[in-house]
Amino acid sequence: MNVQSFKAVVIGGSAGSTEVMVKLFSYLPERLELPIIFVNHLHPEDDGGLVEYLSCQTALRVEEAADKEHIEGGTIYVPPADYHLLVESDLTFSLSIDRKVKYSRPSIDVLFESAAMAWNDRLIGIVLTGASHDGSDGVRAIHKYGGLTIAQNPDEATYPIMPQAAITTGCVDKILPVAGIGLFLQACLGHNTVPELKKVNAHD
Amino acid sequence: MKLHEIENIEVELLLEAIFQRYGYDFRGYARASIRRRIKQFMEGSKIATISEMIPRVIHDESLFNEMVREFSITVTEMFRDPAMFLALRENVLPVLKSYPYIKIWHAGCATGEEAYSLTILIKEYGLAERATIFATDFNDHALSLAKTGIYDLNNAKQYSLNYQKAGGNGSFADYYHSRYDAMMMNNELKKKITFANHNLVVDQVFSETHLIFCRNVLIYFNRELQDRVLQLFHESLVHGGFLCLGTKESLMFSRVEDRFKTIDKKNKIFQKID
Ligand SMILES: C[S@@+](CC[C@H](N)C(=O)[O-])C[C@H]1O[C@@H](n2cnc3c(N)ncnc32)[C@H](O)[C@@H]1O
Repeated sequence: MNVQSFKAVVIGGSAGSTEVMVKLFSYLPERLELPIIFVNHLHPEDDGGLVEYLSCQTALRVEEAADKEHIEGGTIYVPPADYHLLVESDLTFSLSIDRKVKYSRPSIDVLFESAAMAWNDRLIGIVLTGASHDGSDGVRAIHKYGGLTIAQNPDEATYPIMPQAAITTGCVDKILPVAGIGLFLQACLGHNTVPELKKVNAHD
Repeated sequence: MKLHEIENIEVELLLEAIFQRYGYDFRGYARASIRRRIKQFMEGSKIATISEMIPRVIHDESLFNEMVREFSITVTEMFRDPAMFLALRENVLPVLKSYPYIKIWHAGCATGEEAYSLTILIKEYGLAERATIFATDFNDHALSLAKTGIYDLNNAKQYSLNYQKAGGNGSFADYYHSRYDAMMMNNELKKKITFANHNLVVDQVFSETHLIFCRNVLIYFNRELQDRVLQLFHESLVHGGFLCLGTKESLMFSRVEDRFKTIDKKNKIFQKID
């Protein structure tokens, strides 16, 4: 199957997805070559809290995406609170304060649709646990432009609505439990995994 | 050729057609948002492909006007990012107070909420008498709403909270009266603001300005256009004048970066020093 060589991974989730992200970190290669962009429905006033929290959970670089910045491999990006995050074809980011999409800003659909245009068949899109339908149009777009789509197995998700909505579009290539997503990413992105950091932060 | 490449061509051709036919120049806009809006517009008006829009837009001016409305998203609110207004009150207004006359240009004011917020701030600081406030946008529809100063009363609670966080020293309710579900801004505030059409891409500088306020407009532009507009702002400011950008915007991609001093990094307040 995966003879495709991928250039980027986009991940979306809401309720419960930060914990899943942290689990996925332990599967990621130490020398990650591509960018991972993670949209989580944040509280509008979250002020860098998510970046800080995720940074404590991985040795990889975690950054808040900045407007017109070049997207670098080996980095995990999250959008600033209350902005949509989009990918341009020249592989820079754009931010926008356009209307909420499906009650959300940042919106997973907005990120996925723009990333699908930028990376087309070199993109992996993953929908994790969450209590909304955001991400389903995004999955459609990634599928349309030739990328690979994965949904977390709804039976295992804390909130099954979001992965289920993605699956219902008929555009999801793989339905996997978290461990399965981790192993799949490991297999396509390289072999050396990041040693799990000792959890020594205030959020625990 | 792949699907996305074909679509990119269609978008370029459409923007070129709009520019040549109507003079509206969206060619320097960040593509991802524009593409999203084109697609939304297509869905709304049952057009199947982007290239199909080209003849329609060229021959049907009213369709074009609808499209421009969709293109210039006017999402805004009062005292958005209260911390920035607080910083303005604490670090910029005291300096402006030393001028006998102050000219303020609020570019990309959309439906006016921010312009009213700024005017309230100016008034509370006792500068209303000597201030001239221009609020501009290139969207006439948004400007006409701004001029009426009528907003949804449902937002009043949020706005009032923002106002307090912005360091407001009165009560937000003193600045409007309510009628049914509408919040109508006081005449006194309305008279203080001159709303006018100005397109940042093609129109001229505002001369001798003391404060330029332009938030969440540059994020819609590509690097080159950001640079051009920031040069326009630089030219428009008096020496020592202030520039206030959106919280996630920067001078980083502009050649005028070095000609400004950063007054407040987090709230994106800059001062022209050169
Ligand atoms: C997202 S709104 C920002 C409103 C407000 N400043 C805020 O931050 O809440 C962007 C505004 O920029 C305006 N705009 C976009 N391109 C413009 C141009 N070339 N010239 C003038 N205004 C423009 C749009 O019409 C829209 O009202």
